[in-house]
Amino acid sequence: MTGEATARPLAQPDATAPIRALPGARLIEVAGVPLAGLPEGVLWWAERRLMVVADLHLEKGSAFARRGQMVPPYDTVATLSALARVIERLDPRAVIALGDSFHDSAGADRLNDLDRAMLHRLQLGREWVWIAGNHDPDLPQGAGGERTAEATIGPLLFRHEPQLGAAAGEIAGHLHPAARVAGRAGSVRRKCFAADGARAILPAFGAYAGGLNVLDAPFDGLFGANFIAFVLGAGSVYPVHRRRLTIG
Amino acid sequence: MTALSSRARPTRRRTRAGTLPDQFAAWFAARGWAPRPHQLKLLANAAKGLSTLLIAPTGAGKTLAGFLPSLVDLAEAAPSLGPRGIHTLYVSPLKALAVDIARNLEAPVGEMGLPLRLETRTGDTSQHKRRRQKYDPPDILLTTPEQVALLLAAPEAERLFGGLRTVILDELHAMVTTKRGDLLALDLARLRRLAPGLTTIGLSATVADPDALRAWLVPQPGEAAQPAPAAELVVVKGGARPDISILASENEMPWAGHTARYAYGDILAAIAAHRMSLIFVNTRSQAELIFQELWRLNESDLPIALHHGSLDAGQRRKVEAAMAAGLLRAVVCTSTLDLGIDWGDVDLVIHVGAPKGASRLAQRIGRANHRMDEPSEALLVPANRFEVLECRAALDANYLGAQDTPPIRPGALDVLCQHILGMACAAPFDAVALHDEVASAYPYRGLPWETFERAVDFVATGGYALRSYERYAKIRRGKDGLWRLTHPRIAQQYRLNVGTIIEAPLLNVRLTRTSRGGVPLRGGKVLGKIEEYFIDTLAPGDTFLFAGQVLAFGGIRDNEVVATRTADATPKIPIYAGGKFPLTTYLAAGVRALIADPRSWSRLPADVAEWLRLQQERSVLPRLDELLVETFPNGRRHYMVAYSFEGRLAHQTLGMLLTRRLERARLKPMGFVATDYSVAVWALGDLGSAFAAGDPALAALFDRDMLGDDLEAWMAESYLLKRTFRNVALISGLIEKRHPGEEKSGRQVTVSTDLVYDVLRRHEPDHILLQATWADAATGLLDIARLSDMLSRIDGRIIHKNLDRISPLAVPIMMEIGKESVGGEAREDILKDAADELVREAME
Repeated sequence: MTGEATARPLAQPDATAPIRALPGARLIEVAGVPLAGLPEGVLWWAERRLMVVADLHLEKGSAFARRGQMVPPYDTVATLSALARVIERLDPRAVIALGDSFHDSAGADRLNDLDRAMLHRLQLGREWVWIAGNHDPDLPQGAGGERTAEATIGPLLFRHEPQLGAAAGEIAGHLHPAARVAGRAGSVRRKCFAADGARAILPAFGAYAGGLNVLDAPFDGLFGANFIAFVLGAGSVYPVHRRRLTIG
Repeated sequence: MTALSSRARPTRRRTRAGTLPDQFAAWFAARGWAPRPHQLKLLANAAKGLSTLLIAPTGAGKTLAGFLPSLVDLAEAAPSLGPRGIHTLYVSPLKALAVDIARNLEAPVGEMGLPLRLETRTGDTSQHKRRRQKYDPPDILLTTPEQVALLLAAPEAERLFGGLRTVILDELHAMVTTKRGDLLALDLARLRRLAPGLTTIGLSATVADPDALRAWLVPQPGEAAQPAPAAELVVVKGGARPDISILASENEMPWAGHTARYAYGDILAAIAAHRMSLIFVNTRSQAELIFQELWRLNESDLPIALHHGSLDAGQRRKVEAAMAAGLLRAVVCTSTLDLGIDWGDVDLVIHVGAPKGASRLAQRIGRANHRMDEPSEALLVPANRFEVLECRAALDANYLGAQDTPPIRPGALDVLCQHILGMACAAPFDAVALHDEVASAYPYRGLPWETFERAVDFVATGGYALRSYERYAKIRRGKDGLWRLTHPRIAQQYRLNVGTIIEAPLLNVRLTRTSRGGVPLRGGKVLGKIEEYFIDTLAPGDTFLFAGQVLAFGGIRDNEVVATRTADATPKIPIYAGGKFPLTTYLAAGVRALIADPRSWSRLPADVAEWLRLQQERSVLPRLDELLVETFPNGRRHYMVAYSFEGRLAHQTLGMLLTRRLERARLKPMGFVATDYSVAVWALGDLGSAFAAGDPALAALFDRDMLGDDLEAWMAESYLLKRTFRNVALISGLIEKRHPGEEKSGRQVTVSTDLVYDVLRRHEPDHILLQATWADAATGLLDIARLSDMLSRIDGRIIHKNLDRISPLAVPIMMEIGKESVGGEAREDILKDAADELVREAME
């Protein structure tokens, strides 16, 4: 099965046992590495106790407020709380945030004291890597953790923006993948992981981060024939074939 | 008239109160007309400085009556020295109506050679002319509520309106029940402050509660007074009684559905027998279907056109012009033609589907024969058996002159927020003075100071308990105690986003071809616009009618609906049962009365009377004040049907709540469907035996306490609330429709209001916008007041019939099952299905 995204509980019992232990999780293989997609929208590399999350867009609310649109200032605490719940459950050794972690580079300066303290608590006792994104190319020191443009771990390469023609093993964010799944009684639109065995793109995790349909132009050429949308449901990840997807 | 109002004008000579000056009398006489009594009455009232509500049917010379006092006053005014302010402001809900009225007024003004200038100002008016109007305004300005708000938010407002004498409000009955009416009421309060002596003239069709409209027209005191101060009332009695009949067809009356397909031949015959027919339907998709089917039968090629709000504006204008020119024999239309525009010589109004309200029917019939003295002719075409009952009830009501227009709701808080920002744009304001002003507007009478303060706080910084946006405040209170804008940019933002009309997000429909792989290609022609939520009910490949052709839905790309032509002749058209207007309480009572009284059945078509007789035999017919609940098995499921006749919205809410309660009683409900007349729930558990055993008892199931926790819990997650919140967020200015330098619409709003709603609800459930959302939903999409009234009414009067099979009365709603999905709620099963399919494949 190597090199192919698959929906089925996998052949190698050792590698997938930890995934099956996670309620609602699905195996998403990338470059032969068994990863788990969680219904919360994070990717979990059980073997290395590594958690990956994309597009937190912290302080998006205050970024809007600066322009005169006073959207509720609770997005950061909402996003961090959701993140805290997953971290508490998984207890990762390391966390990689795949960029656009803050809605803008100055976002970290606008964190209020409580949110800042919460972020630091999450970072305590584990490695924390901020990958630079287009929204937050220059993170200030106050955000803790280390900053880097890309990170390579084993066969996997972690970066913000997926690259056309990248070698197998790319894990990225940036595009906020979402899928519209057609059924008999209409359709449902949800965030999703997009993967084809060679690469995976994570859904945006932030409370104010929306989704872009995986059938839209920005995804053109990124995925091969084995593309599957791993759709986030309530408490479960649903692998869905391209032919069940629709635009919109 | 008080002396105060003449700041900008020289004093004038006065003719005797209420008489027509010679110039005018001569003009009337030259036409062989005499001024009508109501026109003179308005003149007399205006001379005494009294505001007036004029209720008159179409064709009664309502508009001229409204303008006559102003024309007389302006004719007698001394010639002006240099620019003066606006004398009379005319506000209409439709810009087309304002333009039309201006055209009609030009005749008397020109012919009498009156020394005055009248101009329109709408969204279509050129920038240049709008700028000029600000420093050199006309004497009479005809415009829309949004333009009034914009002018009042300008620094020139005081100069423009300081000498205002009269405000004429057209189609007042239609405006006051909407948020536009709230905005207009607030603007009227501001106009009164700028010109304390102004009088108002409201022009209205017949309404259920004229006293509310009378109060709306005049300032209200701080304390809610009983009775409220009110404008004078002038009523013009209707002309000839309309000649309304229900279509008698040879064909059998359908059990269910909304197409009225059985009657198309009869409709075509009626068109052929008249000069010009208007065919009203309740929804866009019905209009499309009927238009297509009529043309299929139209062997003599009668010129029949289609007109609805989703069509391209150019196409609509063409149809309107052809109508006015008498080139058409029939137009199939939705409510876009509802309001008072005179399009041509209509001699028959055909109403397909139930009218849903007696007043709405009367107004639509009023379209025919815009001459008061001839009877209007109207034909009602019910689409199914329950609609026959509804048409009968509506017809009876119309003969009785009964009215069921909705009441005026308390003013919306999102509109208030928008207005507060507008007032800050005009000039720095004192909060206490502005509160007094706002509370003098009828919808906001008695507005508590605390609520007003929260609205100001919201405008300033969003009003959050976590006060993190102080530094970004849009308005700030200065040392002088006045609130003022923090930056001129805010005024620009306000101007771009003014107004309360939030259209359901509309998407272009683009006709494309498909690649060989079946993927829609790019490019193609735009056919018109369609509601986004309609599209949410479609799956790719579904066929629907649009712009008179059958299209296959491809999906949404770049914010456009991509569709292709299809050979399919019979489209799958999802029609919202009965359209967007729910059955009014008044008509519902009429339908219940018809059912309860077998003596009245002789007035019904034979097959419908027979249906009721059969129901009486097999089950029971409820008495006027009773609620009948039937239970019966069908297939492997158990059904309950409650015949509550409270309209689709209230029934949807009821269905949701019943389902929750049955779930808790472990009866395993599987789904429900709601129509205007009844609600049906199906379950795996044996509902009939459970109710018979009192476990749960029906009385407990329908207890009013369902409107407590169950309602809260459901609403919190409901897509209906999210849809409502989006409107509130846009109107209040939380999210901008348009931002300077960039256009946003529908899906493109960069932060999704759904996501904002989720965050706000969790972190500040008492926020003013959630309060506004709840109020909107309760009166709008959920119709909670009506459900609550019904639950009180039927308390102790529920009849349970436990049947072994489906009853005749249940057939119509049973036929709706499967046609309509509950819609929009988390449809997890769709995801599960799709995933299972993949898993099955992988395992094989």
